[in-house]
Amino acid sequence: MNNLLWLIPALPLAGFFLLALAGKRMPLIWVAIIGAGSVSLSAIVMFIIGINFLLLPPASGHYALTLWTWMDVAGFTPKITLYLDALSLVFVFVITFIGGLIHIYSIAFMAADKDYSRFFACMNLFVFSMLLLVLADNLLLLYLGWEGVGLCSYLLIGFWYENPNNGYAARKAFIITRIGDTAMAIGLLVIFYQFGTLWIPEILAKAPALWQSGASIATVTALLLLAGGLGKSAQLPLQTWLPDAMAGPSPVSALIHAATMVTAGVYLLARMHVIFQLSPTAQLIVAIIGAATLFIAGFSALTQYDIKRVLAYSTISQIGYMFLALGLGAWTAAIFHFMIHAFFKALLFLAAGAVIEALDHEHNMFKMGGLKNKLPVVFWTFLIGSASLAALPLISAGFYSKDQILWYAWAGQNGNPLLWLIAILGAFITALYTARMVILTFFGGTKTSVEHIPDKLMTIPLIILAFFSLCAGFIELPHNFGKLTLFSDLLHQVLPKTILRLAASGELLFQLLASLATFAGVYTAYILWHKQPERIQKLKQSEFMMRLYSFWHDGWGFDRLYNTLFVRPIIFIANINKNDVIDKIYQGITFVTVGIYRSLSLMQSGSLRWYIMGLVIGAIIILGLQIML
Amino acid sequence: MNPSVSIEMVLLLAGLLFVLGIVGVIIRKNIIFMLLSIEVMLNAAGLAFVASGSHWGQPDGQVMFIFILAMAAAEVSIGLALILQTYHQHKSLDIDTLKEMKG
Repeated sequence: MNNLLWLIPALPLAGFFLLALAGKRMPLIWVAIIGAGSVSLSAIVMFIIGINFLLLPPASGHYALTLWTWMDVAGFTPKITLYLDALSLVFVFVITFIGGLIHIYSIAFMAADKDYSRFFACMNLFVFSMLLLVLADNLLLLYLGWEGVGLCSYLLIGFWYENPNNGYAARKAFIITRIGDTAMAIGLLVIFYQFGTLWIPEILAKAPALWQSGASIATVTALLLLAGGLGKSAQLPLQTWLPDAMAGPSPVSALIHAATMVTAGVYLLARMHVIFQLSPTAQLIVAIIGAATLFIAGFSALTQYDIKRVLAYSTISQIGYMFLALGLGAWTAAIFHFMIHAFFKALLFLAAGAVIEALDHEHNMFKMGGLKNKLPVVFWTFLIGSASLAALPLISAGFYSKDQILWYAWAGQNGNPLLWLIAILGAFITALYTARMVILTFFGGTKTSVEHIPDKLMTIPLIILAFFSLCAGFIELPHNFGKLTLFSDLLHQVLPKTILRLAASGELLFQLLASLATFAGVYTAYILWHKQPERIQKLKQSEFMMRLYSFWHDGWGFDRLYNTLFVRPIIFIANINKNDVIDKIYQGITFVTVGIYRSLSLMQSGSLRWYIMGLVIGAIIILGLQIML
Repeated sequence: MNPSVSIEMVLLLAGLLFVLGIVGVIIRKNIIFMLLSIEVMLNAAGLAFVASGSHWGQPDGQVMFIFILAMAAAEVSIGLALILQTYHQHKSLDIDTLKEMKG
């Protein structure tokens, strides 16, 4: 079984090569079969290996398959080794399974696009890189995958490159994530300097012996790794690229910017959890960043009118919950929320894509409405995804994952009431903007007519994802009812248990409060956008509210801040340096040389008598010097 | 060797002739006169060689003078040929009107 492991990343890679080299000449049906088939086959292999892993757990807790030694330089021998343990299994499951569904959806969604094969080639390359990222056993290979997904994200955001704005969005995403990646590369160098290896199991085993708890080197390393995670996962202060990344096609947003790549930061932090445990400061920073991000992005989501931007801000906000959980030491809760989020957010993006295509590329929610009866499948699946996002109690998967995080924010070892308060406020806002999105899109009067009904290939993945958005939560039930811990038991092979600050009492009260937040959010949205829309009009008349609105709409002014702080000064310096300041020195040398040449060339007058005069004077001077000295 | 003419006097004469030659080359405009002045300079040098050769009783000075004579003959033949050609082409022997390089 172990020997099949290489097939999981190899199949998408083979798909990429086939499509990149020969995709242009293939019939479309072949492109679709190769593109979606490679990832689906990879998912099947993953199921075989995964079931085997769960039924017959290996004694060491992981499968490892060394393919070859990458390089061998002075004792530094990173190997190309695929390493599958419980943590990577969850990620590989999400990547291949949801990735496969999204590929199948794309067959129909992208059917009219002229760059059909380029799309599938990039998607396959992305799946390969992401699998490499989560299956890597050393940080160098992980970094290769890390950069690979960044490249594919760039290629796919700018997929419709004819519009220059899409190109700008792609470059923005690439450059901002690159800031984090640079910090992460420095972190890797620090780790290598300290441990003499980049092999993850050895680092995790050695770290507690080498570093004391709270050592500053541990904090520095943890923060450098965190910076990498912040860039990829679009967390404060590097979150500004994700809303613009919605320029890409909807399946790209679903796969890369909701389900998988943006959670690479969560994976990195969970994978290197030992280093973070050694530094309480870094953990606190992770928790604070998570809480601040979920709060800020929640308000921004509330004010967007582009349906995909609502979802983008909501993704930032939900990943903020994951970071909050990581910072609280609730490792399994973070990974659980990651998995559930991947289901419902992929679903929401795909459904939004179906709506956008049905309305002939209309992104504005205020021009949608009344689609409930026209697109019933999309409506019901979208509703299920929204319920999960809003954490509707008991029936939705999102409730179980988010409730865990809220509970640990209060009762966890590192939890405190302030973080809990922000998290529960975030839950209220999540419910508010989710309900607003559903009401504006599907209820009310029809504003834009439906152009075409989504294909079966598009609706089937929606239904499957909707099923998981409802039911995936049941594998992990809270302590006070059910107390089913299948998921966390699996992950506790790799990740430490969450320690509670207080004895687990009053959990029910907090669940009721969380449910109350959800219902309050949904009810407020119902009042404001459906029942009594005049209240919104009244709010809009206040100048303060309008200022607040545009402030939130622009993502709390971060773009403007970065423009003033970084972009403008750099453009200013670049403008000054347009003619290359350094080059001025060399230009000066040429200028002086040319000047001397011109003045000397005056002596070349052609007058023979002057030449002789010169000769005589020279001779007199030399003779005179000879006599004098 | 006539002892009444000292070596200094002869060298002074040679020097004078040389300076006259240089001045002639510099101030004359006509190429033929410049050529003549060069001949004067060559002969001044030859005179200095002969005088010093006789002063130290060495034959080298006279050998050098033979060389100079041969060289002067060659120089004059080539020089005159060039002057003839120049005159054919430009109808002038004025050195200042003949100059073509201007910086």
